[in-house]
Amino acid sequence: MVENRPWLTFMSQAVLILGVLAVAFPLYVTFIASTLTLEQIMQVPMQLTPGNQLIENYSQVLASGSTKGSRAAASSMLFNSLVMALVIPLGKMAISVISAFAIVYFRFPLRMFFFWMIFVTLMLPVEVRIIPTFKVIADLGMLNTYAGLTIPLIASATATFLFRQFFMTIPDELAEAARVDGASPMQFFVDVLLPLSKTTMAALFVIQFIYGWNQYLWPLLITTDESMYTTVIGIKRMIVGSDAANEWNLIMATAILAMLPPALVVILMQKWFVKGLVETEK
Amino acid sequence: MAAVSLRDVRKSYTPELQVIHGVSMEIKNGEFIVILGPSGCGKSTLLRMVAGLETITGGEIAIGERVVNNLEPKDRDIAMVFQNYALYPHMSVYENMSYGLRIQKMSKAEIDRRVQNAAAILELKNFLARRPRELSGGQRQRVAMGRAIVREPQVFLFDEPLSNLDAKLRVQMRAELQSLHRRLGTTSLFVTHDQVEAMTLAQRMIVMNAGRAEQIGAPLEVYARPATTFVASFIGSPPMNLIPRDGKLLGIRPEHLEPCAAAQAMLTIDVDLIEPLGADILVYGHEVKPGGDASSARVAARLPADAKAQAGKLAVRYAPRNAHWFDPASGKRID
Repeated sequence: MVENRPWLTFMSQAVLILGVLAVAFPLYVTFIASTLTLEQIMQVPMQLTPGNQLIENYSQVLASGSTKGSRAAASSMLFNSLVMALVIPLGKMAISVISAFAIVYFRFPLRMFFFWMIFVTLMLPVEVRIIPTFKVIADLGMLNTYAGLTIPLIASATATFLFRQFFMTIPDELAEAARVDGASPMQFFVDVLLPLSKTTMAALFVIQFIYGWNQYLWPLLITTDESMYTTVIGIKRMIVGSDAANEWNLIMATAILAMLPPALVVILMQKWFVKGLVETEK
Repeated sequence: MAAVSLRDVRKSYTPELQVIHGVSMEIKNGEFIVILGPSGCGKSTLLRMVAGLETITGGEIAIGERVVNNLEPKDRDIAMVFQNYALYPHMSVYENMSYGLRIQKMSKAEIDRRVQNAAAILELKNFLARRPRELSGGQRQRVAMGRAIVREPQVFLFDEPLSNLDAKLRVQMRAELQSLHRRLGTTSLFVTHDQVEAMTLAQRMIVMNAGRAEQIGAPLEVYARPATTFVASFIGSPPMNLIPRDGKLLGIRPEHLEPCAAAQAMLTIDVDLIEPLGADILVYGHEVKPGGDASSARVAARLPADAKAQAGKLAVRYAPRNAHWFDPASGKRID
């Protein structure tokens, strides 16, 4: 709006600043708490200026976790989370890009049936099918393994659907030109479709990285071994009992560590992410 | 280069829905053939059947000595230029032109020779590193042509390649296509709905209507002796006048009507629209029957620029050798 109304400007700025504060203040408190000793945190009110325990707290959690709850080191938990957050998006993309290719470019019996089968699974998120999935994974002996952590979350209707929609916007003539040029279907897929899907893949990667990183319920169920904890689960396992029994300074330090990688991915991939959602290179 | 034979070619999607009703034609080696027709007449389908992008329901298509009905497009030794060019957006001009050759595992040196050669012919030398979206419409068109040329095919297939260009560029590309054909001498099939393109480019043309070849012949021959009322009214602008006379249809081209004194009138027009074009004047109106009533037949006449055109009655005459007669029921020409 091109209007000059000082009050309107003031009000909109004020609302924005309030919104930022509402989001940022808890983060700030988390960070402050991660630099204090446990005794300082327990004082009421808690101080809101940084303490001098930054290095001690962080090196403590990175090396050996908390002393009262889970003793899993944050470094190994971060690694587990990273494996999960990388394998899930890469696996999802590998499966869905090829199934979308099949659905869009090939005429085979029951094509639409299979498409709808995939599509219908959108209605069945992990939480709904978690008991049978747990049973299957347990019977396959995949509890406390990376395979058990990632494979059940890889199958994805969302990504298949996204790639299908993208492929359908690519003009048919491109496929025909490739056919006249003598490209086999797989050559067309590798030489033409994949390069064109780059931005879509980047957007999908960001979304799915965060999805994988933030997984809570599934890893909570199937990891009982401390060495397989992911960061999010680690935080939960550090909380053992009554308020005073927890080492809040260490828990907060782990929470900050858990927040950094997704934030980094979003910031670094921002340009690609936006490109993938709004623009297609055609 | 090769001859192309279409032998009673048919296409149907379902038993009821037939889109090509048997087209036969022998295309000589090196000939430039234009397939002309209105939207939905099946002309693109026919071309795509030659390319191998559509299956052939009946009949035979042969390129050279070989019947190609069941061959993949890449094995037919053809190259195709698409209406929207279908350039690979993520590849440079050089990569676009060489993609087919790279798939054939041709040697780098030979690929480079062919691409450089095509780029020189099409004046694309300075654009080889660019992406398609950094090119203008005319340049993209040339890249699409270059991609066809480097394959050195037996037959070029063009699917309305000029229809996405603006009017001026279209005239220029038309001329370039003609000189390209003179230079390479490759058998070409060119689909268009634009009669000017057809008249100027074709050595012979096929006029198609509703899945049938209405007439096959040299452009001027088709213009001078249209085989059916469809051809008569499709070619020429404005189209040939078709006036009911004695149970037959009289066909007369607008430029063959000349104003005359009322006593000599062979036809009287009640003029209601005048379009001065500078070089000449187009007048439109209804035919006036001898009794004085206006008939339903619309008549157009092309008058010299100095003629005094005005609304109202206009007496015109024509030379009898310029009159064509058609059977009103079948639409066929009567000689």
